[in-house]
Amino acid sequence: MRTIPLLREREKQIFDKAGNGTFEMACDRHSLAGSVSQRACVFCGSRVVLYPIADALHLVHGPIGCAAYTWDIRGALSSGPQLHRMSFSTDLGEREVIFGGEPRLYKALCELIATYRPKAAFVYSTCIVGIIGDDVAAVCRRVAREQGIPVLPVHSEGFKGTKKDGYKAACDALFSLVGTGDITDIAAVSINILGEFNIGGEAWMIRQYYERMGVQVVSVLTGDGRVDDVRRAHGATLNVVQCSGAMTFLAEQMKERYGIPYIRASYFGIEDTAQALYDVAAHFPDDPGIRERTETLVRDEVAAVMPELRHIRGDLEGKRAAVYVGGAFKVFSLIKALRLIGMRVVLAGSQTGNADDYAHMRALCDPDTVILDDANPLELSRFVIEKQADLFIGGVKERPIAYKLGLGFCDHNHERKTPLAGFEGMLHFAKEVHLTVTSPVWALLRRTP
Amino acid sequence: MLLRHTNAEIKERKALTVNPAKTCQPIGAMYAALGVHGCLPHSHGSQGCYAYHRSTLTRHYKEPVMAATSAFTEGASVFGGQANLLQAIDNIFTVYEPEVIAVHTTCLSETIGDDIPQIVNKAKADGKIPEGKYVFHANTPSYIGSHVTGFANMTKAMVDYFAESGPRSRTVNLIPGFVEPADMAEIRRLATGMGVASILFPDTARVLNGPLTGKYRMFPEGGVTIDQLRQSGTSIGTIALGVMASAPAGLAMDSKCKVPCKVLNLPIGLHDTDLFVDTLRRMAGVNVPETIDLERGQLVDAISDWHPYLHGKRVGLVGDPDQLLALSRFLIALDMRPVYLVTGSPAGKKFEESLRDTLSDMGDDLRIAVPGDMYLFHQWIKDRPVDLLMGNTYMKYIARDDDIPFVRCGFPILDRMGHSYFPTVGYRGALRLLEKMLDALLDRKERDSSDIEFELVL
Ligand code: SF4
Ligand code: SF4
Repeated sequence: MRTIPLLREREKQIFDKAGNGTFEMACDRHSLAGSVSQRACVFCGSRVVLYPIADALHLVHGPIGCAAYTWDIRGALSSGPQLHRMSFSTDLGEREVIFGGEPRLYKALCELIATYRPKAAFVYSTCIVGIIGDDVAAVCRRVAREQGIPVLPVHSEGFKGTKKDGYKAACDALFSLVGTGDITDIAAVSINILGEFNIGGEAWMIRQYYERMGVQVVSVLTGDGRVDDVRRAHGATLNVVQCSGAMTFLAEQMKERYGIPYIRASYFGIEDTAQALYDVAAHFPDDPGIRERTETLVRDEVAAVMPELRHIRGDLEGKRAAVYVGGAFKVFSLIKALRLIGMRVVLAGSQTGNADDYAHMRALCDPDTVILDDANPLELSRFVIEKQADLFIGGVKERPIAYKLGLGFCDHNHERKTPLAGFEGMLHFAKEVHLTVTSPVWALLRRTP
Repeated sequence: MLLRHTNAEIKERKALTVNPAKTCQPIGAMYAALGVHGCLPHSHGSQGCYAYHRSTLTRHYKEPVMAATSAFTEGASVFGGQANLLQAIDNIFTVYEPEVIAVHTTCLSETIGDDIPQIVNKAKADGKIPEGKYVFHANTPSYIGSHVTGFANMTKAMVDYFAESGPRSRTVNLIPGFVEPADMAEIRRLATGMGVASILFPDTARVLNGPLTGKYRMFPEGGVTIDQLRQSGTSIGTIALGVMASAPAGLAMDSKCKVPCKVLNLPIGLHDTDLFVDTLRRMAGVNVPETIDLERGQLVDAISDWHPYLHGKRVGLVGDPDQLLALSRFLIALDMRPVYLVTGSPAGKKFEESLRDTLSDMGDDLRIAVPGDMYLFHQWIKDRPVDLLMGNTYMKYIARDDDIPFVRCGFPILDRMGHSYFPTVGYRGALRLLEKMLDALLDRKERDSSDIEFELVL
């Protein structure tokens, strides 16, 4: 295979462990102009975090596209209202671009709130709103006053940074809700689950683990979320934050204002899930039975999935995987989870990792693993071929590329259909990987009469 | 009850679109640009828009969709995106090596007011565009029009930039409109079957429905070449299919290179395919071969076989303007009743009039919204249901909630296969549409019929 030239400025965003000497990633960078980046924008980040709040109104203030593309594309499940699955847009036209969109935003909000009586409203600013200079916050304040519900501006203009900045904007909006609810009936052994969006029902599973441990879950932020739960979140004793990026901002803010400590957790893979549960248990040393309940839970759950996992491992032993997903934290978990089913990670990368993340990733990987930050499709396909991967784990844009190359694929972003978190999720994940890696379709490539 | 939030009471909404029946210009421009051979579409704006456009096209085609972005930062949004675009052009030609870059704007760069031709000229002057390679552009502000407008603008840009006059050839230009790769191939097949040499643009066949080969090609086989686009200026005529998507390019060709242009409906259904075939026959001075008459005859035969099951069925459609017009005519020919029609595209009074003219027999039952959204459409359905729904994937919420048979057509289709491989244009395409509609209607009939009514032979 012909090697492709790399963008010169990108050399530092790629690390080929076998080749280069020192390890120093230049990440946290804006994508280069002219790159075929797989990254998204600030608005995308905010939306991912806030949309699972199902009894809130989500209004996208901007031209139609930003709203149309994000209409119910993320499988954040709700057990109750489905308002978050509708698409509301101010659908700005030329007139507003010239004269401003504030009156239109005001009208839209009033109409929607009158119709749906939501518990709160989030208003997402898109790029153009940032340029035409609408005072979205002022309109929100006015509507909040008139309608008597919180109306929160989300400053998610796409050009104002990366997806991470969108997480932060979302956290700012959430933080203004936290602390406004009644917390009298909250137990001492209680937590909030942060950064869990209930894709495929994952939040339900995790919540249930904690409840079996005897821990009260005050609020899941934001999977299957409700405004009233968010308002009460400051009543919890501990914040358990999943993933590196999305909701650490909120945890930091809550620590500062309410003195609630936070710990990190990953629910992906058996090791990490067990670790998360034990960490939470350890936080409540005064609760007499918690340690034991947790041990029992872990033992039972692991015993339930291990036999089948072992079986799957038999088929997958020695196969190679390429992992390229949004957050770096997820990459760590995937590396471990793949190892559990006998696979080796030959390429690892993320859209949004920082320097520490990449150092950690390097430590987790084999010496010859390629590490990439914000990769383009040419780089991805080049390394996947060079490293002879059998499986690609990525998002919507990577799937057809993997298939074209004739390798298996597993979606670990928001298009996944089954819960991949927790113990049960590990089994789903293993089955999905097994199904695709061992599919007969890859052998159909050549004509074999 | 996913759409339990649809309110039955219809109020006029002025400032608000709920559940849109359109999307923004750049995605149409990106799709059109992918129909040029070796072309990398480039989105001049911030990187979110283009990530969404690529994802949506990927979900619809299940194919890699390549495009680049100027990746605007705050600086660019204050000082303009010239530096970003210059750097982008340089990077793209160095790293990805396309033949052509097709730049489209976004809301952001439009509002800032970047002058793309001036920037492209500067790139040329600075030697950033290698010999024999090209950069062309279309302005696609999304706060005007819809994805169809973007497609039309990019297609017109192909003419504006490349078509050259010259001694007349015997070739006919075919502008297929915002249709699927399979449709584009079918339009060409009909022309070839009639012995007409044609230049079809844009042409996404074999770009967005390519084979699995074990290799990843950033620039697949298909697409109209720049040479062909150049020669299109010497053709004997142009057939532009679809007033909204194709007429601007066809008319631009006429005024730039004096190539006479006929604007027709999309060749969906019997009459509009007849019209296309007949126009092509006259323009190229050929006869219609028996093979095509055979296809037509088979279609009429199938309609006659099944017409009792189609008669009087009330149909609700959401789609793009060109599709709505042609589909309405087809449904009428089938003795069906297209009664509710919504497009998100602001297609104008004239379009609405021609739609109303076509459907004048529907009387009081007729409801049309140009532009409207799916929410409004759903309110109509709640008011009085129909027998069949036709529209893109987003219509499945309505189909489910109100338990109505549903045929997917249009853009985007995110949850079924077929549109990449089987055309809906031409006589063959009409047969396929007929099959899909009958399947939906008859499956429902059998599901709902009692044991006594349930029959083996239909
Ligand atoms: S509507 Fe404008 S800003 Fe939104 S995605 Fe489309 S081009 Fe981008
Ligand atoms: S306009 Fe801005 S906010 Fe909207 S999709 Fe594009 S980059 Fe994101």
